[in-house]
Amino acid sequence: MDGLDTGAENTWCPGCGNFGILRAVKKAVQRLEETGVERDRLVICAGIGCHGKIFDYLHLSGLYSLHGRSVAAVSGMKMANPELRPIAFVGDGDAYGEGLAHLLFAAKRNMDVTVLVHNNGVYALTTGQFTPTTARGARTRSSPRGNVEEPFHPLALLLEAGATLVARGYPGRLDHLAELIVQAVQHPGFAMVDILQPCVTFHDTYKEYNKKVEVLEEPLDYPGALVLARERDRLPIGIFYRTEKPVYHRELHGDLHPIRDSLSRKQRWQLVQKLLSGETNE
Amino acid sequence: MVVTGDYSAAYGALICDVDVVAAYPITPQTFIVEDFSEFVADGLTDAEFVKVESEHSAMSACIAAQAAGARTFTATASQGLALMHEMLFVAAALHLPIVMPVVNRTLAAPIGIWCEYNDTMPERDTGWLQVYCETNQEVLDMVIQSYKIGEHRDVMLPVMPSMDAFILSHTVEPVHAPSTDEVADFLPRYQPQAILDTSNPMTIGSFAPPEYIQEIRYQSEVTMQKAREVIQQVNDDFAQTFGRDYHGLIEEYRTDDADVVLITMGTVTGTAREVVDDMRREGKKVGLVKLRFFRPFPLQELRRVAENVEAMGVYDRAMSFGSGGPAFIETRHALYGLDIPVVNFLAGLGGRDVVKEDVRLMFEKTLKAAKEGRAENETVWIGTRGVKP
Repeated sequence: MDGLDTGAENTWCPGCGNFGILRAVKKAVQRLEETGVERDRLVICAGIGCHGKIFDYLHLSGLYSLHGRSVAAVSGMKMANPELRPIAFVGDGDAYGEGLAHLLFAAKRNMDVTVLVHNNGVYALTTGQFTPTTARGARTRSSPRGNVEEPFHPLALLLEAGATLVARGYPGRLDHLAELIVQAVQHPGFAMVDILQPCVTFHDTYKEYNKKVEVLEEPLDYPGALVLARERDRLPIGIFYRTEKPVYHRELHGDLHPIRDSLSRKQRWQLVQKLLSGETNE
Repeated sequence: MVVTGDYSAAYGALICDVDVVAAYPITPQTFIVEDFSEFVADGLTDAEFVKVESEHSAMSACIAAQAAGARTFTATASQGLALMHEMLFVAAALHLPIVMPVVNRTLAAPIGIWCEYNDTMPERDTGWLQVYCETNQEVLDMVIQSYKIGEHRDVMLPVMPSMDAFILSHTVEPVHAPSTDEVADFLPRYQPQAILDTSNPMTIGSFAPPEYIQEIRYQSEVTMQKAREVIQQVNDDFAQTFGRDYHGLIEEYRTDDADVVLITMGTVTGTAREVVDDMRREGKKVGLVKLRFFRPFPLQELRRVAENVEAMGVYDRAMSFGSGGPAFIETRHALYGLDIPVVNFLAGLGGRDVVKEDVRLMFEKTLKAAKEGRAENETVWIGTRGVKP
């Protein structure tokens, strides 16, 4: 066994796209271990929604945060301990709605974290209201006459915000998704995988996705990625765009480890005395 | 009709002919706005329904709509209410009589969805009126009364009628539903005092230096105090029109010759009524006070009850850590100077069931305190693993 099971009773609906995501994450953890990323360096966080239950089903350390706030929480984890590789599990109603500001700013800063979005286009845990990615015209519990809002393109939005790895995955292509998660965790900088998650109960998209999904072999250049990210009729999966930029915690304090390298009380006192004596520090 | 508490709240908004609804889904409130969205889709109302991206936005949208002269409605629970926190002060201080049913649900951490009052209790100082309901009928009736009370010229304050998560929100009960016409006679059109109007421009909620704010705070208190009388008037009018009397700020049950009384809130009251009947049959003179309004707090009413009893028990479904249960703290404030023991009972936190045996234990502890003239323990945790009650 992979040792990642918790024994918690799984309460997702039979056939839920989340099962595939859970499988892919477990595969990815094993592959990461093979490449030298120890399991105890992976820390997880989840928001509120059906996706959040993954927190209970993964035997990994983490913090269960609030609706929309996972990305802010993993940012804190990375800042406090740069040796960790935090992964935020979020939903579309969660990170693209109430928590959108956190997501955009983490991308803007190139915070070295991984964000996995369980994008099912519906608030499923509260039984079927429309979200920021629900199609225009869709009839949901909160839009019985059809949704009058245009959904936004999450990948284009994140590219625009400065994300350095932007990808889309599909649990119907399990191995492919697992590999995307591996790449995202290994990526030095902000990585987001928007995962097409069918919701069998409120928004069953298996048929549509199985027909439309096509594998993107190579990442594109920035303008190309932006154009493809805005496509509505095609559903390419894979890494749309990848680049390397300085990561936030290094820009801020270089190689310093804020917890391990913090000064002792005596050292701080010596520093204060030095400052008060008028000696300049270099 | 036989409906849930959530449906009762949505139906209340429908028959009160609200103009604007802005809301965000959160368990166990979601059905309220979902049911309302069906009323809109079915053409039963021409209300504008704005589906916003967070509860903070929902309250902001309601504040603006109410300031523009509309009668507005929203609903939330737990984390959603906490996210609204700063906007709640704005709604109250601007004297905008928004009505917002809250489904009482435990506030994280740990994450839970069941009943606890630690979501609404922290909002007791925002300037909103708060009323806690016992039945689905009361939820519907209090939505109607909340508009009438809140929109009264002497009050002009927002109102938060609340109900217990799942026990009311998701449980069906027979509810008598007045028609829109009956309600229209009882509740006239909303008469805003000052509105955003392009032909008569004005600023609402502008910056204020210390030269002004203290008077504004004083006004909030004056209106909250006036609400006491208005609540009673509206209760009596409602009873006369619809035949259901909730007795105003508190309801007393078999307190006339009682030696001790227990103060309860929400659905536990229903359980406690049965325990009172049981114990009365055994010859024990116990009575019950249903604490309905928490803001304004029934200071005089509780004091009057206390003057005729030997001890009081106060049930709380939330804890103000480091002090006591909120209802207990305020009751003792009301009873200041009266020499009777008051015992605080904590039970049902996080949605744990409060059953007849629990309530009986509360009465027995209160009777013991009456007999001995003092409470053995002032704060008693009922049904807590590892803690002796």
